[in-house]
Amino acid sequence: MRGSLYNAIFAAGITLVLACLMLGVRLGAEGTTLAVTGAGADRWGWILAGVGVVFFGQLFANQVDALFGRIPKPNLSALKPQGSSWNTLKPWLLSALVVGLLVWPFMVSRGAVDLATLTLIYIMLGLGLNIVVGLAGLLDLGYVAFYAVGAYTYALLSEYFGFSFWMCLPIAALLAATFGFILGFPVLRLRGDYLAIVTLGFGEMIRILLNNWTSITGGPNGISGIEKPTLFGLEFSRRASEGNQTFHEFFGIDYSSGHKVIFLYLIAVLLVIIVIYLINRLMRMPIGRAWEALREDEIACRSLGLNRTVIKLSAFTLGASTAGFAGCFFAARQGFISPESFIFIESAIILAIVVLGGMGSQIGVILAAIVMTILPELAREFSDYRMLMFGLLMVVMMRWRPEGLVPMKRPHLELK
Amino acid sequence: MSQLLLDVNELTMRFGGLLAVNAVNLKVRNRQIVSIIGPNGAGKTTVFNCLSGFYIPTDGSVLFNGDQLAGLKDFQISRKGLVRTFQHVRLFSKMTVIENMLVAQHRHLNTNLFAGMFKTPSYRRLEQEAMDRAIYWLEEVDLLQHANREAGYLAYGQQRKLEIARCMSTQPELLLLDEPAAGLNPFETKELDQLIIRLRDEHEISVLLIEHDMGLVMGISDHIYVIAQGTPLADGTPDEVKQNPDVIKAYLGES
Ligand SMILES: Nc1ncnc2c1ncn2[C@@H]1O[C@H](COP(=O)(O)OP(=O)(O)OP(=O)(O)O)[C@@H](O)[C@H]1O
Ligand SMILES: [Mg+2]
Repeated sequence: MRGSLYNAIFAAGITLVLACLMLGVRLGAEGTTLAVTGAGADRWGWILAGVGVVFFGQLFANQVDALFGRIPKPNLSALKPQGSSWNTLKPWLLSALVVGLLVWPFMVSRGAVDLATLTLIYIMLGLGLNIVVGLAGLLDLGYVAFYAVGAYTYALLSEYFGFSFWMCLPIAALLAATFGFILGFPVLRLRGDYLAIVTLGFGEMIRILLNNWTSITGGPNGISGIEKPTLFGLEFSRRASEGNQTFHEFFGIDYSSGHKVIFLYLIAVLLVIIVIYLINRLMRMPIGRAWEALREDEIACRSLGLNRTVIKLSAFTLGASTAGFAGCFFAARQGFISPESFIFIESAIILAIVVLGGMGSQIGVILAAIVMTILPELAREFSDYRMLMFGLLMVVMMRWRPEGLVPMKRPHLELK
Repeated sequence: MSQLLLDVNELTMRFGGLLAVNAVNLKVRNRQIVSIIGPNGAGKTTVFNCLSGFYIPTDGSVLFNGDQLAGLKDFQISRKGLVRTFQHVRLFSKMTVIENMLVAQHRHLNTNLFAGMFKTPSYRRLEQEAMDRAIYWLEEVDLLQHANREAGYLAYGQQRKLEIARCMSTQPELLLLDEPAAGLNPFETKELDQLIIRLRDEHEISVLLIEHDMGLVMGISDHIYVIAQGTPLADGTPDEVKQNPDVIKAYLGES
């Protein structure tokens, strides 16, 4: 009890100091000089209330924990039918899901389809980072850099050389992989915190480079008017550019801007299915097992003849190429990119998706990506408090279910 | 006499001012069980770390099958057929028992990404061989019924056995065991004893053993090296070592 009282006083004290500095005083201009003004009485009331909440929260931390513990934890794997019935059901469920994903956009609003496309981008990013953080256990805080590389690859190649989206897709993935390789080579001997700091720095380097290389990247103004993807050469604009045909002319239907949105969504679905399939296979291959083994015990890996440099590099490179893939699509969908889209917060959100989902688990990551992109949209009115809610969500999750939404399940191998 | 497998000459390891291993000589022949004994802190584990490439020895040479090991990385040494266990169990605890066994055979598998993506015949064949070998060794240490359990959930004695099985699935020629009997009950120690003898007699490999359990060491060793404070004290057959006055003094006189 004495320990928790001490803890509570300490935490409340820190809250008070921080709140006083950040909320209690304000720097403002008064004529030509700066003046510090104190906060009004009602704001002090809020600050004290906050300090009180922290104090009692810490004082009764055990009871609060118990409360969280009592919230039921849904056991998702129990929902799954057992044994052979699952095996016969699985292909049907999967095809139903895919058909649903394909039909759904024709029945809802444009905004919803657009949001779904964004969600799919985050799913791709989450799955890619899941390889690096969830499976290989390498904490990468600069993941967004590879996303930026992918996006700028398409934007620049399309602007300067007129490359098409479909051509750029593999190029973006390859280039991002190359960046991953170049970065990975010197830093992968670092462990844990050190690796996190170096990758964080790398993420910022790329962003600052894009910001300052004005002659090529357009600096903070970014690149606009990026070509949209075409369907076998058919464009989705109202009027075709020279020598091309538009989708609505070709099929003799009326122009609708909705077509483009749905088309982009369908591309995203296709890309996500490809990524899920590839990563799923990788996880069951020797390299996937080696990633996890490396996360579990690096020294044991070395003693068994596994070359950790190669294994780490492959995780880093493949993760990066997924981000490049996603970045290329992002640039095409957005039509406009600037370094603003690739700030650290993006890396943090993608990392949160992986952690919330349950490190290593693909279904978990997909669910978490959906939650993380749809929740902010639903709570639009509170958008000023977005980061606050984000933090709260993380704290609650870590208390309630630290293993993530859907913890990874080990594959069951048939012995025969 | 059978062929010389491991030949260690004047191995020395210095940590700053501390001479942890001082001019140690070791010889292991084919199909031999050789033990290293010595009081706590004698430098036994350090010898293992030098042999397996985890430390770079300050001085001395290590010949394995006639090849110099100096300059080789840890994973390269283990690929040559010299594989070790650790004083503290090091399993991939969140992975299943069978996955542990498959990871160990990584280098025997087809790790080409495209081969794996398209499940080429060679990929399938190697994967199946690895699976068969894993099953064989799990049966050998009586863990097959636990194949799909997470390794971290096994009982301590089972974890120890899994570690040995995992090493064996890499098809080594020399197995280095660092205190494999530590923490085992008498029944499990007996089982281990039998297993090590089987490794030598049926699987025809050599074992270099660090062990404090004198009953085990004296019962199965072909040759014993005694080191104290990093320095070789004596070596010989179990009977010779038991009667050596220096050894008796080191073990009984000063402890
Ligand atoms: N990396 C290291 N840095 C500094 N000193 C070390 C290092 N590794 C081992 N030592 C020292 O070397 C000496 C020998 O240690 P070692 O672990 O080899 O002993 P051991 O014979 O295995 O003992 P035990 O029977 O307790 O396992 C000890 O004094 C230890 O503190
Ligand atoms: Mg030791």
